[in-house]
Amino acid sequence: MSEKKIRILIGKPGLDGHDRGAKYIARALKDEGYEVIYTGLRQTPQSIANTAIQEDVDFVGLSLLSGAHNSLFPKVLDLLKKNDAEDIIVFGGGVIPEDDIPFLKEKGVQAIFTPGTPIKEVVEFIESKRDKIGK
Amino acid sequence: MSDYKKIDKKKKEWENGKLKKFLERAPERKEEFKNSTGEVERLYTPEEEIEEKYIGQIGFPGKYPFTRGVYPTMYRGRLWTMRQYAGFGTAEESNKRYKYLLENGQTGLSVAFDLPTQIGYDSDSEMSIGEVGKVGVAIDTLKDMEILFDGIPLDKVSTSMTINAPAAVLLAMYIAVGEKQGVSKDKLRGTIQNDVLKEYIARGTYIYPPEPSMRLITDIFEYCSEEVPKWNTISISGYHIREAGSNAVQEVAFTIADGIEYVKKAIETGLDIDKFARRLSFFFNAHNDLLEEVAKFRAARRIWAKVIKEKFDAKNEKSMRMRFHTQTGGSTLTAQQPDNNIVRVAIQTLAAVMGGTQSLHTNSRDEALSLPTEDSVRVALRTQQIVAHESGVTKTIDPLAGSFYVEKLTDEIEEQVWEYINKIEELGGMTRAIEKGYVQKEIQDSAYRYQKEIENNDRIVVGVNKFQIDEKPPKDLLKVNPKLREIQIDRIDKVKEERDNEEVSNKLKKLKNAAETDENLMPYILDAVKEYATLGEISDTLRDVFGEYQESIVL
Repeated sequence: MSEKKIRILIGKPGLDGHDRGAKYIARALKDEGYEVIYTGLRQTPQSIANTAIQEDVDFVGLSLLSGAHNSLFPKVLDLLKKNDAEDIIVFGGGVIPEDDIPFLKEKGVQAIFTPGTPIKEVVEFIESKRDKIGK
Repeated sequence: MSDYKKIDKKKKEWENGKLKKFLERAPERKEEFKNSTGEVERLYTPEEEIEEKYIGQIGFPGKYPFTRGVYPTMYRGRLWTMRQYAGFGTAEESNKRYKYLLENGQTGLSVAFDLPTQIGYDSDSEMSIGEVGKVGVAIDTLKDMEILFDGIPLDKVSTSMTINAPAAVLLAMYIAVGEKQGVSKDKLRGTIQNDVLKEYIARGTYIYPPEPSMRLITDIFEYCSEEVPKWNTISISGYHIREAGSNAVQEVAFTIADGIEYVKKAIETGLDIDKFARRLSFFFNAHNDLLEEVAKFRAARRIWAKVIKEKFDAKNEKSMRMRFHTQTGGSTLTAQQPDNNIVRVAIQTLAAVMGGTQSLHTNSRDEALSLPTEDSVRVALRTQQIVAHESGVTKTIDPLAGSFYVEKLTDEIEEQVWEYINKIEELGGMTRAIEKGYVQKEIQDSAYRYQKEIENNDRIVVGVNKFQIDEKPPKDLLKVNPKLREIQIDRIDKVKEERDNEEVSNKLKKLKNAAETDENLMPYILDAVKEYATLGEISDTLRDVFGEYQESIVL
């Protein structure tokens, strides 16, 4: 890994309290050597975008299991864009039906990791963007 | 020499002879086999005189310490209640699903509410965007509740409602619907989850800080012990603790520690243990490790009986009975090869039934993907019916008792649970332990270990890290109407036009005043509900007085 550490925000938009996955990802990515911030439950898209910008992160990982992903994920992307932070790479995870993935990708979510994804796939995804974010 | 010592001697001979030679030729698959309590031995044999142990620790069904079950005849008398948790979309759609389940032989209702309802927001709140009707039915006012139970006579069904922070409001709505149907409060049967401590630990749908939340809970205990005597006023839940990644020991330990906290509070407010303890009910998870799960249920019953008798000095044996609902483990379901989930659920059903559950929800095969379709819900219900009528396990009570392994494991789980309970007492009780993040940290460490085991292939999940196939993503998943929020908003607007708004604000004001004193809030909430005050209005009134809980993030 190079000198400058990649910074990742794990966010939980919406109202669901299923944070097992979010917390696992946060901790596992930390163990992989990244700098990881976890927002805690019930964050609005606005507060996630604000935190992402203030903390100057390279990635935002959104975790959602309630089914509200189609409304909430694109809102985070819109807000990042509005604040000239569209270089932040957004990915998502949770119970997300296959049918919804093309829509989310079209809105700018770069990867969706559904249940059972090994952590190394997430790491590979992050590493594949290292050049792009210049770290 | 006593019998068990003779057996022990023979066992040593076997180990040093036959076994040793065999192992030299054919080593075992793994160096160590493990369960939640630690290492699993190769072979369990009797370790002590059975007589004394049997009478003190195992006993007879329907008698203290209830290890073998809470009723004298168990399923020979009456099968468990088959209760599928359901609810989505509008009250009309959920009402239709309930009628479908009742027609298919289900014997009790279990209502799933959407997240805004569970957190005290109306559908028109900004916080509700994207969430209305998603994981359950949206309830904003009494109007929705009237539609939800339309054509379902409330004196004929028992209804379980998964509602916690706003439990008082939903219970009040249920009482009001009963009145409209001509069913008086004392005839209503059912359960509200009403277990806020595990919301802070594991489930996340809290609203207020612990102290006022505990007050609302004891208000409900007090009100129901007089007015709604057949109602189970709380369902102390380990289910979500397990889903958050705890092991079996922690599931029981933290659930019972929560139970102790509620009982303490109720006694502090002046309630008599033998008056309210019998209305406490529990809710556990059923996982795949069949024998461990059976031991877990047996241990939980025995510990709770001891807690109520020894710690709280109850006199009536009914107070000491741990009655519980079980749901098969949602987190054990895989999105990969979803039909395999039917088999997992069947094993978990056996665990719950051989563990002596009072009611059961079986998950559907497609729940790792989305809400279940009608077809998959039917398979889940049929799984219960097959276990009930074809498997034969219901013919005798507590059929695994006396298994050297199951008895030993029951004891080991009990021992480790007491260690946790004592530790939590040392920390100042469950509320303090949660505020310190101790419980959350324990669960997260287990969850992390579990997931790492899967990542490292130390734990096999069929279809996930072994026996994978290339598969096409399933297509026929249930979709919730995306226009739902608009439908609910229209309904709220209409209710607000038709109700007496002056009377609503009057009732809300009275509720606010009462919240500032230590009066029981149930009658005030009931008054507000009957005037069609919205769930959000009532919750906001209490937010003004109580404030909101801030999560302490532990990673």
